[in-house]
Formats: sequence, structure tokens, C-alpha cells
Amino acid sequence: MGILEVKGVGKRFGGLQALGDVNLSVQENTVHAIIGPNGAGKSTLLNCLVGKLIPDTGSVTFDGQSVLGRKPHEINQMGISRVFQTPEIFGDLTVMENVLIPCFAKRDGSFRMHAYESIEQEPDILQKAEQMLIDVNMIDKRHMNGSSLSRGDKRRLEMAMCLVQDPRLLLLDEPTAGMARADTNNTIDLLKEIKEQRDITMAIIEHDMHVVFSLADRITVLAQGTPLVEDTPDNIKGHPKVKEAYLGETQEV
Amino acid sequence: MLGLNKTDSKFLLIVILLTIFTPILMQPFAANSGLDQFNGGYPDLMQKVAIFGIFAVGFNILFGLTGYLSFGHAAFLGIGSYAAVWMFKLLTMNVIPAILLAMIVSGLLAVVIGYISLRRSGIYFSILTLAFAQMCYKMAYSVLTPITNGETGLQLSLSDPRVLDGATTSTSLPVTNIFGLAMNSSYKVEALNRVFTFNVGFYFCAIIAIIAFYVAIRLFRSPFGMMLRAVKSNQQRMNYMGLNTKPYTLAAFVISGMYAGLAGGLLAAMDPLAGADRMLWTASGEVVIMTILGGAGTLMGPVLGAGVIKYLENIFSKINETVLHSWFHWLPDGIEEVVVWIFARFTGEGWHLTLGITFMLVVTFLPGGLVEGLKRLARLARKGRKKTDKFDESDPDHTPPPSKHVV
Repeated sequence: MGILEVKGVGKRFGGLQALGDVNLSVQENTVHAIIGPNGAGKSTLLNCLVGKLIPDTGSVTFDGQSVLGRKPHEINQMGISRVFQTPEIFGDLTVMENVLIPCFAKRDGSFRMHAYESIEQEPDILQKAEQMLIDVNMIDKRHMNGSSLSRGDKRRLEMAMCLVQDPRLLLLDEPTAGMARADTNNTIDLLKEIKEQRDITMAIIEHDMHVVFSLADRITVLAQGTPLVEDTPDNIKGHPKVKEAYLGETQEV
Repeated sequence: MLGLNKTDSKFLLIVILLTIFTPILMQPFAANSGLDQFNGGYPDLMQKVAIFGIFAVGFNILFGLTGYLSFGHAAFLGIGSYAAVWMFKLLTMNVIPAILLAMIVSGLLAVVIGYISLRRSGIYFSILTLAFAQMCYKMAYSVLTPITNGETGLQLSLSDPRVLDGATTSTSLPVTNIFGLAMNSSYKVEALNRVFTFNVGFYFCAIIAIIAFYVAIRLFRSPFGMMLRAVKSNQQRMNYMGLNTKPYTLAAFVISGMYAGLAGGLLAAMDPLAGADRMLWTASGEVVIMTILGGAGTLMGPVLGAGVIKYLENIFSKINETVLHSWFHWLPDGIEEVVVWIFARFTGEGWHLTLGITFMLVVTFLPGGLVEGLKRLARLARKGRKKTDKFDESDPDHTPPPSKHVV
């Protein structure tokens, strides 16, 4: 039994069957990659996991509890954090504040009217946020505005914002999309570091094979809304079905 | 001090001192100096600055922090006034119960309007709040006439019960007071060829304004205030961070509605009369202009904006053609007529034109409002005084690199 169980999930948009019959089981403390060509339904699947979309059929359970019908903030409070394709941070707030917000969300829940305390009177939370920024090597940028960071730093900050919540499952939606090779490698290193240092389960949706094969413990290949194969990276590499999905069927002349 | 850090304490102290000495500071010109009509140190204007300062500070909690632009805040101002006048009619002429009821009633109205309007954001939210305010305005004129007294406006009368004050045999209307100290009583001091008026009503408003300002500082510096700024910045990120944005925005809306109700109650406390005009959309627009003129999202900005607008309104509207003729009588006849005609467009009835031009200039050249202007001046002064060291680098956010030349 995995920490995240997806059973028979299907989603239809008008005439398009985006997801057919997806079964997926993510084991605790592993990195599970979901790959597939464009339009395979990777993002739809992810959106079903975080409460942005509600699947037409099937069930999604996290740690034995159903996530279906719950709002994104409720699912996050269950222990699932999400990294977006383009880094989503608070651009008008400082780097420090960006990390403080998830700390407060983790401690105080989805709403608390803590209007009379000052942030300076929360030493535990400040210390936690500072430690996180030291861990991701951004402590010297703590007074900068989120919007003035470079793209790589934005990604790093977003990762820090998710990690500071100590999520049990971290969902990454194409974390290296549109990045230069050097940035991609940095991100891989960062993710590897996270994987080694923390007991964390990660599910990565990714286009870039290089990223997938350097990180994943297990890989699910998705094509046209259904999973083709699920196996270890080594077995996936030479799998004929995977080649077929990416390159198209070999046609006889 | 009071849970504030050093900078904020100093800031609050300066604000308190400025408020205490307002009757002196706003009387800079000696009588008969020809400029004395620019003096603003009379009770009515000072009270208005304090009251609209409160209104704008509250509005800024919603607009400046969360970015939700309400175009219907005058509804809360109006309902606050009505609630206060009813308190004067039924209970007592003491202002304390009146402003408390004003805050409670406006808070309840804000819960209703906010709950519905906050289902949408951006322009739709603005239009919804505008629609609600106009509904309140129309209802005050029509179906609610028994409560609001329609076009005449709600006024005191000798036959009001005023249960706590007891029966009086007086034939004149009672005045609003705080534990017996009448709001309209003043203490005048003549010195340096000026008359300084220390008015009870103004000092009462000033104390409330300082408390309101202090609460706003605490709110800005609190985790709650940070969450509100996060709402403005990225609601999606907040949701995926485990935060429910709806109660945050609703709380901000209700708090700012209660500030508006407090301001409305104070208006009634200074002059016990409430009319539906206070709810008109122009009044909602005025507080938006005050906040943006002063600097949205800053602590001092809204107060500054309220001060400038109320000063322009009261001083410029007094300058009529007779005054202008007395200024320019030394010019040759034909030219004098022309000059007076031009100036008359911008003064008296035309003071809105001056306000409009001021607003345009500020928004164009100081997008951060008057506060940004003051900050720039302070930076210039600092630069001139001492050399910057390597730790004192200019803020990269506010000094963007020069744009590349377009070939």
C-alpha cells in the first residue's frame, strides 16, 4: 500500500478523454516520476491530486484518506505540497516573508486571526524559516523581493517554501521546464540533496529524460490518458512500448 | 513600546506629537497677513482631517494590503452616521455608545456585503460593492425613510426620549458630549498675532484616530497583515500553501468596514445629523482618491491623502472672485479680469479641478503617492549629507537598471 493511491481515475473534457483509467501507487520515501509525451494527461492527473480538478471516475487516497472533493488548501494541510511549472511565489513579498507564510500555515492551519501579535515575537517560526533559507543557500537574499529574483532562485525559493512545511508528499510539475542546461543540473542537484537529507516522498511530472533518470526510483509512463508501463528507470530505458509512445509506431514501408 | 519595535514606536510618537500640535501647526500665518485664509487650524477642518484619516486608514487595510478595490465604502460611513444619530436620539448624547454602535452596525453590514462581493475579485468585486452602496443609498431615500428620515436627513429633536440623559426642560437641542464635556466647546488662545483654537471635538477625534492608527500599525506588522499582502501577491500560491484566502479577505473587509463606520459615527458625533448623501458613490470615490494620493499600502499615506484633500476642499473652495480681486487689484483692469477668471476656474466652486490636477500629477510622477515623494526627498537629503559605504547600497528594487537603448 503506497502513501498515494490512485485507482481507476478518469477525466473527460467535452469530447476529449484526458485520463482513461489511471492506476498509480506511490510508495513512501521514493521518487516516483510520471513521464509521457505531450497531451498524455500528466498535468490533468496532477491537478486531480491537488484538488484543482475533480475526476469523473475513480478514487485518490492519500495515507488512507480520500482527497476527492477537498479544496487545495485542505489537501495541503493533509501533507501534500506542490511545486508549479512556472515558479509560483509571492513576488511583492521578501524572500524571508515568502518562507514565513508556509511556516504559519503549517502551524496555525488554513486561517487564524493572528492580527495582534508581531512577526518579530515568533522566534520559533523565524528560526525555522532562517534555517530553511540557509539550507537552500538563500539567506543572503532574504531581504530581496520575490519578483526580483532570477528564475533559478525563484524555483529554489518555491522549493524552500514547500519543504519548510515538511510535506509528506512533494508534487513537482515539470520543475525544469524552460530551463537552461546549467539551471536544470542545479535543480537536479537540489532535488538529490533534498532526497538524501529528508524522509520525503516525491512525485515528479517531467518531460526531460535526463532529469527523470537521474532522480527517479520508479517511473510510470503515461500515454493518451492511460499508464503504459510502470517500472524501474533501468527497465524503462529500453522498453519498446515507451519508445513507441514517444516516437510513434514503426511503420512498414 | 506597546508591542512595537523601535522604528514604529518612533513613528507613532511623531504622529501623536503632530496630532497634538495640529491646532498650532495648521495656523502658520498671522492674522491680517493676507495669507491667513490659508490657515487650516479651525475645528471643523481639523475634525474632518482626523475623521477622514480614520476612514482612509481603514480603507487602506483592505485596498492597500489585499488589493481588493472597494467602491462602496461610503455605505459603511453612512450607516455609521445613522446608527450614531439614533443612539443620540434614543439613549444619550454621550458619544461613546454612539460610536460603538456605529462600529457594530457597520461591521455587520460589512459581513453581509463582503461575504457576497468577495466571491469575485478585480473589477467585478469593485462593481458589486458599488452596487451594494448605491442600493443602500437608494433605500435610505425610499423604503427606509422611517429609519433614515429620507431626504431631510436624520436629525435630533426635542421630543427624543434619550432615556439615559433624563428629562430636560431646555428649549434648545442638546449638544453631543463626552461625560459632560461638550464636543463643540473650544479653548482659544491668542498669541503671536494668531488665534489658536483647542477644540474638544477635535481632540476626541484625534485620540480615536491615534488609537485607530496604532491598531493599523499592529495589523500591518502582524502575521495576519503579511497574509493580507500575500493575498494581493498570489492567491493561488496561498491556496496550495494550505491557506484559505476567503476568511482572510472577509476579515480585512469587515475591519475596514468598521473603520468606516467609526468615521461615520464620529462625523455624527461632531454634527448630529445624518443624510443619505454620505453614502453616495462620490463619497466612496473620495476615499479611493485619498488613499491613492497619499500612497496605498503605506501607513502614513492615507492620512496624508485625507489631509491634503480636506484642506484643498475647505481652503480652495473659500477663495471666491471677491478674494481673487483683492489679490490682483494691482494689475491693469483688462489683465486683472483675465487673471481672476483663470484663477476662479481652480478655486471656489472649481476646487475639484485643482484636486484633479494634483491627483494626475501625483499618479503620473509619484506612483507610490505622496509618501513616495517624501521618501525620495529623504533619500536625496541623506545622499547629500554622507557618503554611502558598501553596506549602504541602494535598494535594487527601487533603482532599476537603466533601460537599454532601442536601436
